[in-house]
Amino acid sequence: MTATTTPTGTDAIISLRHGAGGRAMRRLITETLAAGFPPPPVEGIGLAAMDDGAALRIGDRWLVVTTDSHVVHPVFFPGGDIGRLAVAGTVNDLAMMGATTPLGLTCAVILEEGFRKSDLERIQRSMQETCREAGVTIVTGDTKVMGRGELDGIVINTTGVALADTVIPDAGLRPEDRIILTGSIGDHGMALMVKRHGLEIDAELRSDVAPINGLIAAALAVAPGAVTALKDPTRGGVSSALHEMAEKSGVGIVLHEPRVPISRTVRAAAEMLGLDPFQIANEGKAILGVRPDAAERVLDALRAHPLGEAAELVGECIGDHTGRVILDTGIGRRLLVESEGELLPRIC
Amino acid sequence: MPETLLSDGVGELRFRDPAKARALAGALARVVAEIGRTPVSVMHVCGSHEQAIAKFGLRAVLPRDLNVIMGPGCPVCVTDVPEVDEAIVLAQDGVRIATYGDMLKVPGSVKSLADAQAEGARVDVVYSAAQAVELARDTTEDVVFFASGFETTAVATAAVVLSGPPGNFSVLSTHKYIPPVMEIVAEMPGSRVEGFLAAGHAATITGSAIFERFVERHGIPVVVAGFEPLDILGGLVKLVELVRDRSPKVVNMYPRCVTAEGNRNAQEQLWRVFRSVGGNWRGIAHVPNGNLRLRDEFAAVDARRKYNIDVRRLWTRAPSTLTQVCICGTIMAGTASPHECSLFGKQCVPDSPVGACMVSSEGTCKIWYQYGGHPDL
Amino acid sequence: MCLGVPGRVIEIRGATAIVDFFGVRRETRLDVVDEPVGPGDYILNHVGFAIRKIPSHEIQDTLALYELLLKETEGDMMAADVRGEIAGVRRPEGPDA
Repeated sequence: MTATTTPTGTDAIISLRHGAGGRAMRRLITETLAAGFPPPPVEGIGLAAMDDGAALRIGDRWLVVTTDSHVVHPVFFPGGDIGRLAVAGTVNDLAMMGATTPLGLTCAVILEEGFRKSDLERIQRSMQETCREAGVTIVTGDTKVMGRGELDGIVINTTGVALADTVIPDAGLRPEDRIILTGSIGDHGMALMVKRHGLEIDAELRSDVAPINGLIAAALAVAPGAVTALKDPTRGGVSSALHEMAEKSGVGIVLHEPRVPISRTVRAAAEMLGLDPFQIANEGKAILGVRPDAAERVLDALRAHPLGEAAELVGECIGDHTGRVILDTGIGRRLLVESEGELLPRIC
Repeated sequence: MPETLLSDGVGELRFRDPAKARALAGALARVVAEIGRTPVSVMHVCGSHEQAIAKFGLRAVLPRDLNVIMGPGCPVCVTDVPEVDEAIVLAQDGVRIATYGDMLKVPGSVKSLADAQAEGARVDVVYSAAQAVELARDTTEDVVFFASGFETTAVATAAVVLSGPPGNFSVLSTHKYIPPVMEIVAEMPGSRVEGFLAAGHAATITGSAIFERFVERHGIPVVVAGFEPLDILGGLVKLVELVRDRSPKVVNMYPRCVTAEGNRNAQEQLWRVFRSVGGNWRGIAHVPNGNLRLRDEFAAVDARRKYNIDVRRLWTRAPSTLTQVCICGTIMAGTASPHECSLFGKQCVPDSPVGACMVSSEGTCKIWYQYGGHPDL
Repeated sequence: MCLGVPGRVIEIRGATAIVDFFGVRRETRLDVVDEPVGPGDYILNHVGFAIRKIPSHEIQDTLALYELLLKETEGDMMAADVRGEIAGVRRPEGPDA
């Protein structure tokens, strides 16, 4: 699917869909950004795996590294802000590799001339608070200022580093493994959409942004090898995450729609805007692949944790339909739609 | 809990009850078996019906001998290429375009509005005609509302035109009118359609009686149905019953929203602002009275008269040969399915669509590609 | 072309209604609806305009319509099973926050 075969010739320039977490972005990464770099000098998970982070063998442990840039707007939203997101996002990426006790985070900030100092202080306080929740600290950073109009407000990049004894890739699913969701879907993305589109809601929609390393540690502690895969459904939602896991693991996944936790308000808002809740971003949730004999125990461990009270067993892996995610709606089965770009409200 | 919705008023979720849905599917299978022929083909002309069928997994429970075809009911898909080009020419000329989200990525002869946007044009996605007017009020720039959709949506456009929009606001209408295209499909040689499922929300405006003449002329039953799983399955059961009994009637199975005469207030506003003219629907060619255009007295709000739009300026290179292979037209007319298109799933995918059917969230090809078409799941 | 969503009117402000759609509140224009609308009424919204006032009795009537359909297509043992299924219907869908 190159520019010469499409009538629209869109591939010569970067458009918003290339950052939206769906297939266009993955193609951009594999074909352009990540191409041509040799593998790491030690055993490990590198760029080619396109996992949540990298894992490098150091002695008998793994050094896990991940990085993320945060450009969310609005900068302050119900339930959080860009600072909280910057800390939680990176802590969670480490946790998704199985590294739940980070050594430290870096924090690089780029500010636009004219950005309010009081806003920056508010963001910094939020980062401090989120670090406290996660049990992590900032160890080094960088600061730049660009001229007015050269950048939209603020961009924060955080890199996280941790040591782990075992690494859990998102490619580890096997047929019969169960799929667990740690809580309700669509909260973060919907909270932002609602703000952007000026929808009024009675029970305020709040982002679920939170560091979940403690929650994941509780699940991993249940039994060694019980959790076979981990991924957080951020951009592109549960759909993107499950599709990636299914593709990389070489399995099919059946998801039972009636069991998926979703708040009434998120469901209603999504329906009003013609959006698919499975494609909406989450920032405080995880998808776990779990061996069938351990599934109930892992579920109990998650539910015992404050951030996992609404955890549900929502699906299972199968040996055929590899790479596909099948949704059982309760009435019939169909394929789960994969996000292909930015979510656009539709009228029909 | 969903239960609180059920006890509180409208209770739409009751129309999604899985057990009732499966029961209705069973009833459907029994009636189709009584007809004794295979396949029995019925057609719906509403993208939202196809969306709902796909989204709720209804195709998995439809009987094998019943062929539910999607006709030309996706307004985005039938918006003709020159109409898309008109919006793009304006966008490239620096005019701010307000558009419904569905139209953003539809390819014109050379590019889509999304492409124009990536190249610097001002394109805003709105989900209401009223929002487009607000956009115009908040700026001194010209704003053109790219008004797509069928008659239900045209009603909203008519309402804002009648409510005195600001001088910098105008409408580029690509609105379409469904009843004429049903005639075309019913008269197509080789058409095996034995009944029509009509769109519930369009009928809320037009009324169900509008189909009486069609039924008389063609001897084919029409059932008006809503969009929840039970509405669709219930509507189909009624439709195949009418087919079985050779009873060409109009039956309203969506009485909570549809009456025989429809919404007169909305109809008045619609026809005060718009007149129906013949025009091309993408892939289907000429549909008499199928396009809605602004009447002369509203020339000041008509983008086609306010601006000199010359779409030939866009044709700087020959259109892709792939567009000539695209069979969207026959798919929309219901005489071919996406799997019969050589481009489907290969050169034509949602990321790089050749035809409009692959762009719109209601396009047959897009829905089949994403939802798995006829499932063997 | 029909994303029509039903909602309950909370308040009227001139030619606009504030409508509650299962917890999401939106402004909806009343220019094209064909009956007077007041707080507590249900309307069907399409692209920001109310296109119909939904009489609440119609919901019960429509559900009854589907029951009737099922009865009409009966005539054998299978239908009896089906009716049993409906009688023992379980509520759909998972928890919400």
